[in-house]
Amino acid sequence: MEQTKKRDWSAFLRGMQSVIGLLGLCVVLSLLSPRFLRWGNILNVLTQTSLNAVMAIGMTFVILTGGIDLSVGSVLAFSGMITAGMIRSGFNVWIAVIAGLAVGTALGFVNGLSVTKGKVPPFIATLAMMTMARGATLVYSNGQPKSNLGKAFGFLGQGRILSIPVPVIILLLVFIISYYILGQTSTGRYIYATGSNEKAAKLSGIKTDNIKLLVYAISGFTAALTGMVVTSMLDSASPNAGTGAELDAIAAVVLGGTSLSGGQGSVVGTIIGALIIGVLNNGLNLLNVSSYYQQLIKGVVILVAVLIDRRKR
Amino acid sequence: MERKSVKRLLTVLVTLVLVTSLVMGCSSGSQTQQGQEEHKKIGLVISTLNNPFFVTLRDGAQQKANELGYELIVLDSQNDSSKEYSNVQDILQQGISLLLINPVDSDAVANAVKLANDAKIPVITLDRGANGGEVVTHIASDNVAGGKMAGEYIVQQLNGKGKVVQLEGIPGASSARDRGKGFLEAIEGTEIELVASQPADFDRTKGMTVMQNILQAQPEIDAIFAQNDEMALGAIQAIESAGRQGIMVVGFDAIDDALQAIKDGKMAATVAQQPDRIGSLGVEYADKVLKGEDVPTYVPVDLKLITKDNVDTMD
Repeated sequence: MEQTKKRDWSAFLRGMQSVIGLLGLCVVLSLLSPRFLRWGNILNVLTQTSLNAVMAIGMTFVILTGGIDLSVGSVLAFSGMITAGMIRSGFNVWIAVIAGLAVGTALGFVNGLSVTKGKVPPFIATLAMMTMARGATLVYSNGQPKSNLGKAFGFLGQGRILSIPVPVIILLLVFIISYYILGQTSTGRYIYATGSNEKAAKLSGIKTDNIKLLVYAISGFTAALTGMVVTSMLDSASPNAGTGAELDAIAAVVLGGTSLSGGQGSVVGTIIGALIIGVLNNGLNLLNVSSYYQQLIKGVVILVAVLIDRRKR
Repeated sequence: MERKSVKRLLTVLVTLVLVTSLVMGCSSGSQTQQGQEEHKKIGLVISTLNNPFFVTLRDGAQQKANELGYELIVLDSQNDSSKEYSNVQDILQQGISLLLINPVDSDAVANAVKLANDAKIPVITLDRGANGGEVVTHIASDNVAGGKMAGEYIVQQLNGKGKVVQLEGIPGASSARDRGKGFLEAIEGTEIELVASQPADFDRTKGMTVMQNILQAQPEIDAIFAQNDEMALGAIQAIESAGRQGIMVVGFDAIDDALQAIKDGKMAATVAQQPDRIGSLGVEYADKVLKGEDVPTYVPVDLKLITKDNVDTMD
């Protein structure tokens, strides 16, 4: 009895490691900068983090199956551009947003098809999609940003509900739904099973191909959703939007303790990971740290976090 | 088991302390000196610090700020408009009196400018303008005049006749548009033929690859106008490795590498923007605005054609 209790406590501590890291970071930053804990700044951090976090949640689904999605940054740009283009040519905002989300989901689905039916390794399949979607964005936009998208669309990125920024609310919704899918449904169990041992999962009757199609589509959807929010926030769809965003998303997933080999991890971890990156970005800005050092520090943090995680296993 | 997790916790804490001390070390340069706490802060959100031009602009602003007794806070947007937006959010938290912004993209910066407007912080744009929000003044080189200067030089050197190529900057960027416009104005009505004009995004590597393709397609080229030096230097690489001779390269920006290339005879000319002037004028006008003086809505910064004859005066 005593023994199990102790074990629970240590397991709990281990699970809480990234949370402790995050809280420690916050404590340190609030000591260093009196502006860090201001309500306005906290809302800023949450809004800034929500962009990466939504995308990272979709990425978590893919990584849980042992895959990777490098195309999210380009999918973000393409769906944002489609929506902006449709709004500019007079479509209803809702239709434009739904179309943008559908396009992103479809691109994710195509990734899934390449991986399952085409047997292309995820890294290559999504690398190709990353290049194609960026190219398509440039072709469609002719390299020009599409701006002035109107108040109604602006609500997604700039609006507030009960003084909470809309992007944060979107993140909350995405989080709750993903948490439910992964923790409470058979689909969630199948996703973990596919990632931890695909052969065994197949033998036990799980249609792993369908599971993979689903996770890539989810990742496409969350990337497109982030595209909507970024485009709305800037009131402009830029053909270069989201360049390098896939790396931030992967970093958040990894910081959150999800294993890149699949089967292990959670969206709670991913949110914490995204918050660590967001808090670090914001805090280093508030402390006026040169951007050269900022990148160096972020790299060190990611490496150290993963090293600690490695030793744990 | 328990001891192990305590150990791990310790590791996490040690890491944090290390990172923190690193942070402290890095930020120490920016902390206000004791007894001079009342220094007013000016924010500078700059499009990138991964490009010598903007680093020089920042240096010019920093020097002027030291001179006039302001604390300058600099944030780097890394050429990403959404990063720029968060930077403006972050810098507004720091109690700045005025925001100098060098936008990544003139359209996408509008909402960031509006954030500052909402916070009642005056905004001055540097080098690139903002297509929205309220801006007190815009300080930039006269890019149309610069493009024209480069074009006229090429016309004169080729005696009004020949085949030229243009390497364009980031499509849609106002500097690219304006330089191209000036250049086309200069060659219009002459017997100079523009045989190719393609974007290489102000980037050296792209300048090289785009030029490689153009060299393949065009057997005869007399001159190249690159809308910035980075692309010009990339083009020179392409020309050298293709073994082509007699192609005159004219760039824009007068970065150090380009000046060296002019000294070495690899490049014919460049148009000198004065990024340090843009930066220092930024702080100078910030000072005027904060003192309640009237300022014009546009402050043009002079350009200068640099060739082998006057390259030694630059440095």
